[in-house]
Parts: sequence; structure tokens; C-alpha cells
Amino acid sequence: MVFAGGMETAEIQVRASLSDESTMNFYNEMMDANGGVRAHYQRYDDWLKSTPPERIARKRAEADLAFHRVGITFAVYGEEAGKERLIPFDIVPRIIPSAEWKALQSGLRQRVKALNMFLHDIYHDQEILKAGKIPAEQVLNNAQYRPVMKGVDVPGGIYAHIAGVDVVRAGAGEFYVLEDNLRVPSGVSYMLEDRKMMMRLFPELFAKHKVAPVQHYPDLLLEKLRAVAPKGVSNPTVVVLTPGAYNSAYFEHTFLAQQMGVELVEGRDLFVKNEVVYMQTTQGPQRVDVIYRRIDDDFLDPQAFRPDSALGVPGILKAYQAGNVTLANAIGTGVADDKSIYPYVPDMIRFYLGEEPKLNNVPTYMCRKKEDLDYVLAHLPELVVKEVHGAGGYGMLVGPAATKEQIEHFRQLLLAKPDGYIAQPTLALSNCPTFVEEGIAPRHLDLRPFVLSSGDCVNMVPGGLTRVALTKGSLVVNSSQGGGTKDTWVLED
Amino acid sequence: MLSRTADHLFWMSRYIERAENLARLLDVTWQMSMVPQSEDAANQNWHAVITLNSLDEAFAAKYPAVNAENVLRFMVSDADNYSSIYSCLRLARENAHAVRGTITTEMWETLNFTWLEARDRSFEQILNAGIGEFFEWVKMRSSLSRGTTLGTLLQDESYHFIRLGTLLERADNTARILDVKYHVLRPHGDEGATDFYQWGALLRSVSAFEVYRKAYRDVITPERVAELLILRNDMPRSLHFCMNGVVKNLDLIANRHSGETQRQAGLLHAQLHYARVEDILAQGLHEWLTDFMDRIYILGDGISKDFLVPLAEAA
Repeated sequence: MVFAGGMETAEIQVRASLSDESTMNFYNEMMDANGGVRAHYQRYDDWLKSTPPERIARKRAEADLAFHRVGITFAVYGEEAGKERLIPFDIVPRIIPSAEWKALQSGLRQRVKALNMFLHDIYHDQEILKAGKIPAEQVLNNAQYRPVMKGVDVPGGIYAHIAGVDVVRAGAGEFYVLEDNLRVPSGVSYMLEDRKMMMRLFPELFAKHKVAPVQHYPDLLLEKLRAVAPKGVSNPTVVVLTPGAYNSAYFEHTFLAQQMGVELVEGRDLFVKNEVVYMQTTQGPQRVDVIYRRIDDDFLDPQAFRPDSALGVPGILKAYQAGNVTLANAIGTGVADDKSIYPYVPDMIRFYLGEEPKLNNVPTYMCRKKEDLDYVLAHLPELVVKEVHGAGGYGMLVGPAATKEQIEHFRQLLLAKPDGYIAQPTLALSNCPTFVEEGIAPRHLDLRPFVLSSGDCVNMVPGGLTRVALTKGSLVVNSSQGGGTKDTWVLED
Repeated sequence: MLSRTADHLFWMSRYIERAENLARLLDVTWQMSMVPQSEDAANQNWHAVITLNSLDEAFAAKYPAVNAENVLRFMVSDADNYSSIYSCLRLARENAHAVRGTITTEMWETLNFTWLEARDRSFEQILNAGIGEFFEWVKMRSSLSRGTTLGTLLQDESYHFIRLGTLLERADNTARILDVKYHVLRPHGDEGATDFYQWGALLRSVSAFEVYRKAYRDVITPERVAELLILRNDMPRSLHFCMNGVVKNLDLIANRHSGETQRQAGLLHAQLHYARVEDILAQGLHEWLTDFMDRIYILGDGISKDFLVPLAEAA
């Protein structure tokens, strides 16, 4: 069986291979170019230097045990079914000063707002296509474009209620958006558990730093979900829909349902009668109004999408189109976070908001264009090549770290199916001190803030999930590829 | 509450209770096997454990002979045996995993950690450390799981389904232990000291030794043991006590389909409430217990149909 919805995407791309790691100039989150400690890391550095290594070693072991006991694990595809692994947790926090966060936050708000407007537009009047800002066939022929959504009005005009935008820092520390995850982004439970763990292990650090709290995320999420209930429902029943216990992100599904105090349902717990969704309870059927679904579109309704899906709910699309139930995120958001659409996001922001984008996009070569393809083929060893629909760090080429065979393999793939790929220059990604076997060493990282939208309101808790590539010089932070996580601190003034 | 959630809670508590009672049964069999007796007699006692759990075929397919080591290996650590302690702890944890958002963190951590520990112990390690220690550990983990449930869980529907699972399972298991041991012991009821130790072991297996002393202040007789484990309504592992709780919890979760199941439970409870041990023994304890276990099975089936896996009312 195929499952969807793990810790997807965000392949970090680094202009680095094992050999040139030491010679590269990466932005270091903790140290400045002269080897001095950055101001916002000063107190942490003092603490680290004054804390006996034995204590830290003990605390790290304690963290491992605690994560095991709590069962914060994820399943890995391709490994023995049902096998669970821990995501390594690093005790050096990723610290972001208040001003940097404010700038980032404002850029994220702008971006997600535009993306939601784009989604509404392409399923309604398609103004942006008429204006020629994006080639119509790029949108309408995209496999992620869902014609069933045409003309469907969703509450508040919001499609991506929950967005997990992957951000990296490169060069001298500028933020770049790597991708906008608008389908079923995951990882927020790790953000919350990492904070809990950090506070449990090192309470003294929180006395020394004004770390902005994140623990209200589930409340914020519930508030958003309730706000998008179908018209006329004053006290909506909200549920979380999971593919089941063998899904890689199952821990998160149970965690969020529990934290919000709502039912965690599987497709088999729900049924549709007269275009209304019910769940089967011990007291009989109960109506369901808002579904935070963690199942991909394809699996949602065997009557409308993949007929072999055993995870979905037959007839749910009709109930949704009739406006009797709200799905978060909406059906058909995948067209906006597709890698072939990504290059147009800055134009969307200008088109819908009349503003200049506040966050950078990574320059992207679209291999479907002849001149881009030629360039990419000529520069494969320098570029990162990604499948347009790929996710999870699978199926990508990191030129600088690739072998000749791998490069040749991708050359053939590109020639066979150019429109299936994009390419980007490799970025010199920022790194941060991290505990590894040989002690503390810099490792590359990214950041996934979780952006929540309802109506005109776009909110997020400060920070997000920081993922770190634990292998030296490594390129990919995905948990399925051996990445770890760090607690993310936004310092308040 | 979701029917599926209730189903997982019900089975989570049944499996942990089953693991505990299995540990109790194996422990008492183990202790009884220490008294001097023929090898045949000893192996018969071990065979009774297999028969009691209706596992004759599964056992015979894997093990050439019935003896202490094989039966213990099969019932303690055999992953292929879905009734082994190992499997029960795994299934308790799997059911908990499916509803970990409904149970409290403490409950989940208890069951998860129990499973992780059980998984990492080979049968040889268990033997080396002393199998009695292991049985104690299983009982403690089950107690801990019950304790965290009582101490942390909101007493709403989920609590009632958990209690229902625990008590139904315990009623069945106590009946089984009594059935198999009473049979073995009864014919030798006149053998003095041996007899005393055997009955003592049986009582201890259901934590009833001290209770017996307190309740009767007299020598141990089979009739009183039967009375204590069947009819005593304040003895937490007796059939009467279990049925008190089953009736109470069923009333609390009643829905519009559950009338017949409630009636069956009430009837069984009333019969225990007004029964006399003389009558039960006159009827034949084995026959009486067999009938009781059948009715417990029917109750479980009724609960399942009424609440846990209802036929979808979808069009």
C-alpha cells in the first residue's frame, strides 16, 4: 500500500562535497566571519563553556531515552514494515534574533497570502493566467491541478490553512524560500517536543534567555480550523484524519489530535450520507464539520480519485463540493507548491498584492525550456536537479557531491523527460554547531515555519522546525535521510 | 467516542490484563511443580495450561513434548503464539499506539516501555534472571498500567471501556485458573501438607491468600476457595466483583442497541449475587465454570457488536 504525508521535501542544497567543506565560506549561525560569537549566541556560548562535558553527555543520553519512552518515532519507507526510528535531537539550539524573525515573518505572511489568492484565482476566474503572468498550460495541465475544484467556494477563500514553508540561509545570511509545502506539511510535533525536551533538560537556559513560546500552536491551529467551519455551524466538530498507525507521521497526527482535544479518525471511521460526513461513534453516527486531513488528495475519496485507496472516505468530495464539510488543507493545493510553479511565486506576490517579494526565491532553471535545459546539461556538476513532483529528498541530484555515474544517469533522465525536472544553483547553506560523534562541529540546517491562515489572518508561532543534516558536509536534512532536529529559539527583545 | 477508539481501548486493557493473569497462572503452575511429584503428574499440570488456553494444536505443531521448559517458552516468549505474554504485551501496546491521543501520556509511556523491555528480553535471559522475577515484573507493569489509568485518565467513556475490558478479561481468566487448578487439586484433597501448599499457591496466584485468611480465619478448604473466588463481592479478582463492574460500566455507556447485552450482564450478575457455593459444587464446578466462561464470551461479543464494530449506517 502507498501512504502519503511524511516529513516531505526540502532538500537542502549545498555547494559542498566532503573535500571542499573546509575551504567554503558558509554563514555560521553562531560565529561571525572572524570567529567571534554572535551577540544572540553569547549567553548560550558562556553556558556551554561553563557546563561540564559529563553533564551534557548525561543530558543527551537522557533525551534519547525520553524520546524512546514517549515513542516520538517515525516510520521509514522501504524499511521493514512498521519499524520505527527516532529522529535525532540536537541540544544546541538554533537561535534567531527578534529583528530577523520579524522580517522573516512578514515575508512569510506575504508569500502565503499570495499563494492562497493564487489558488482561489486558478479555481475561479484565472486572472493571473489571462494576464499572462504564468503560462496557462503550466497550471491547467499540471497533475496537481484539480478540475473538480473549479468554481468551488471554500470558507474564507483559504486553501492552504497550514503551510510549512522551507527556508534556508545562504551567502551572507539572506533567507531563501526553498519550497512552499501546501499539501500536508508535517514536523510541527517535533518543534513542540523539541522545546519540551529542551526545557526539561536545561531549564537554566530558559531563565537566561527570553525565548518566545511556541507551545500554543495546537490552540492556534484549533482556532483556525474552527474559523473555517461550513456556514451556519456555530460549534463545529473538528477531527484529524490520518492514514493510520503505519504512516510515517502518525505520531504527529495523534499528538495534534490529543493536544487539540479532537478525535483522530481514519477513513474507515467516517461515512457520507446525503452529502454529509459522519463519524461512527459508540453512541451512533455524529456529524463532522471540519477535517484536518493528513491524507493526500489522491487517497481522499476512492470515488473521485484513486479507486484503490483504502484510506479515504467514499463520497467525501461531493460533501465537500456541497459545502457541508471543510477540508484543511483544501483539495488541489499541490498545484501551488509544485516545483514547476515555484519560480512564479514572486510574480504572484506582485500580481495579487502589488508588493515586491520580501523573501528571495532560489533562481530556477526550468528544464522544459530548451535554453534552460541546455544550460543545465552543460553545468550538471554545479547544479542541484530536482524532480518536479519529487519529495522527501528522494530522486534528486546534488551535482557537487555526485559521482560521474550519477551525473550521467541524471543526464539521461533529463533528456528523456525534461519537463519532469528543474535545476537550481547550489547555495552555500548556513550551518550551526551541532553535537556529533567527534564533538561539536558545524552542520547545515534549514527552517520550516508553520504558517496558519484563516480569512484575512495569517499567524504563526515564532520559529518553526529546524532540521539539521547530521552527516558531515551533507546535503539533505530530511528525517527519512538521516537528518536531525534542533529546538528553534526566537529571542524576544 | 469513535467506535474504533473504544475498540482499541477495550482490547488494550484486555491484553494487559491477560498478560498479568497468564503470569499468575504460569507462576502458580511453576510453584506447584516444585512439590515432590512424579514427572507425569508434573507434565500433566503443564499440559493443563495449554489445554486451558485452547492451544493444543499450536503447541504440538512447534514443540515435541509437553514439559515445563517448552510450555514456559511457548507461553512466555513465543512470538508466534498470539496468547503468549510476549504477544499480549505487544498487542496491548499496539492497541494503545492506535489511540495514543486518547489515553494519557503516562498510560502510553507505561505500555510502550513495558513492551520495549519485554521485547528486549530473550527467554534465556528471563530464565537466568529467575522466571519468578519475570512474572512479578509482568504483574507490576500491569498494576502500573491500571494505576496510571486510575490516576490520570478522565473518567469518561474511554475509562468505562477500559474498565469493561479489564473486568471481562479478569472474570474469564479467574474462572480459567480456578477451573484448571481445582481439577488438579480436588482428587488429592486429603493429602495434608502438600495440599495446603497447593491451595496456598492457587490463592496467591490471584492475590487471595491474605484475603482468605482475613475472610475466614480458618483452614483452607476447597469449598471456601471456590466461594472466595466466585462469590465474594469485595474480592477484586472474584467473578462476582468483576461482574459488579461490568454491569456498572455497561450502564454508563449504554446506547440504543445495547439493551440485550445489558440484560445478559444483569442476569449473570444476579445469578452470582444470589448463588450459594453448595449449589454450584452440587451442579459440578467444572460445568458451572464452563457455562460462566461461555456467557462471558457472549457478553464480549455483544459489546463488540453494540459499540465497537457497529455496522455502518451509511446508505
